[in-house]
Amino acid sequence: MQVLLLMYQDEKAMQKLPREEYGKLHGAFMAYVDALKKARALVGNHGLRPTSEARTVGKDAVLDGPFAETKEQLAGYFLLEVPDMEAALGWAKRHPSAPYGAVEVRPVWT
Amino acid sequence: MDVAATAEAVARASYGKLVAFLAARTRDVAAAEDALAEAFAAALAEWPAKGIPRAPEAWLLTVARRKLIDAARRRQTGVEAEPTLVLIADELVDAADGDAPIPDERLRLMFACAHPAIDAGVRAPLMLQAVLGFDAAAIGSAFLVAPATMGQRLVRAKARIRDAGIPFRVPEAHELAERLDAVLEAIYAVFTEGWADPAGTQPSSRNLAEEGIWLGRLIATLLPEAPEALGLLALMLHADARRHARRSAAGEFVPLAAQDPARWDRALIDEAEALLLRASAMRAPGRFQLEAAVQSAHAARRLTGKTDWSAIVQLYDALLAITGSVVVAINRAVAIAETRGAAAGLAELEPLADDARLAQYQPYWAARAALLARAGNAAAAAAAYQRAIGLESDPALRAFLQRELLHLHDVRGSTR
Repeated sequence: MQVLLLMYQDEKAMQKLPREEYGKLHGAFMAYVDALKKARALVGNHGLRPTSEARTVGKDAVLDGPFAETKEQLAGYFLLEVPDMEAALGWAKRHPSAPYGAVEVRPVWT
Repeated sequence: MDVAATAEAVARASYGKLVAFLAARTRDVAAAEDALAEAFAAALAEWPAKGIPRAPEAWLLTVARRKLIDAARRRQTGVEAEPTLVLIADELVDAADGDAPIPDERLRLMFACAHPAIDAGVRAPLMLQAVLGFDAAAIGSAFLVAPATMGQRLVRAKARIRDAGIPFRVPEAHELAERLDAVLEAIYAVFTEGWADPAGTQPSSRNLAEEGIWLGRLIATLLPEAPEALGLLALMLHADARRHARRSAAGEFVPLAAQDPARWDRALIDEAEALLLRASAMRAPGRFQLEAAVQSAHAARRLTGKTDWSAIVQLYDALLAITGSVVVAINRAVAIAETRGAAAGLAELEPLADDARLAQYQPYWAARAALLARAGNAAAAAAAYQRAIGLESDPALRAFLQRELLHLHDVRGSTR
């Protein structure tokens, strides 16, 4: 099955992370991507630029900003190929940004 | 003590006992739990006004019995149900009326939960629910399974106990050892789920280590002549004795070798040592006694200032012969590296490399990385650390591995 891991975090707080901690997080991210690739579980992943650059197109207007104003924002995604939901939750728990917010796990229609 | 606190204390001490008593007669764990939940709700509603009854357990049992019979009547109307109902009712009345204590049948309940016909993966969750009253959501989050999925698994397991004729009894002597192993393994699974999170960032899993020890104490009390039950409790107490030493004041992970023995809990170590001594006098070694003995050898460092690695290698040899477990093989390789050098340890790890299960097993990669680093192969060590970091889910342990990786670069840089 394919699942989408959606990373949610407070983007303002993330921007204020000390340089050293940010470096560690980045390193952990690289290692995580590497481990996913070695396990042949990674279909694709991207990080998203800040919500200040987002535009939302509605029925009859284009608005500045993300679709919903929330405390935590969508910061990126991982699309995984896994045997079952349990494996997906296992990878979500290992996600380096999980301690900074939440990782939503969404099965994909196939 | 207020009513809510008393009810909670009674619930804690009596829950498993009452479920066991009710379910042993009907073989219906789910119905027993439902009836008991209603009884506890009734207690919370009545006790504040009428006062706490003299024998709260018997009170709960009487109410639960009534609920159980009501539920059974609603389910199976018809004459054929009557004789069983009367039988259950009589037996329960006898138990609830007398001043005699309610018989403790939790051991039978635990053997039913860990019966070979029950899927091994659901035995520990089932025990948590039936003996301790945890709900599916709490169990699911501790075992990293969605609450609804965990709920379904528990429902299926209980249906199996009811429909497949799984007996509520302590197995005969000839099969006791094997069946007890399954019970002990389930208890250990409860403990290790909690052990992975010593900092207690997740309250649900921190409690699991305590619940595992609670269940371990229970079974060691109920089966004082079973050396493996004592061994399991000794193992858990030894591990728990080091809980606070595993993190620095700043919350950083501290590996065993770097821990300050003064921060280990002496009372827990003494209790574990006494249990292990009692178990070994019975002269029937087993997996849990051997694992406890490894812990005991580590704990001896608080007295001698050093670790007897060759004794530890011998214990792992024996463990490997019994279990054939790759996890044991990894630990043994690390111990061998301490006695015969990093290259010898790596040689022991080599044959495991083909095991597909290890591809996602963090401790294998961390052990490999540490041995490679010690053997001077920094490039291969870095790759293994990288793999271990990507597979780790505990932030403190991940940060530790990252520091080790960084340190590796320092060492490599300085030798150039």
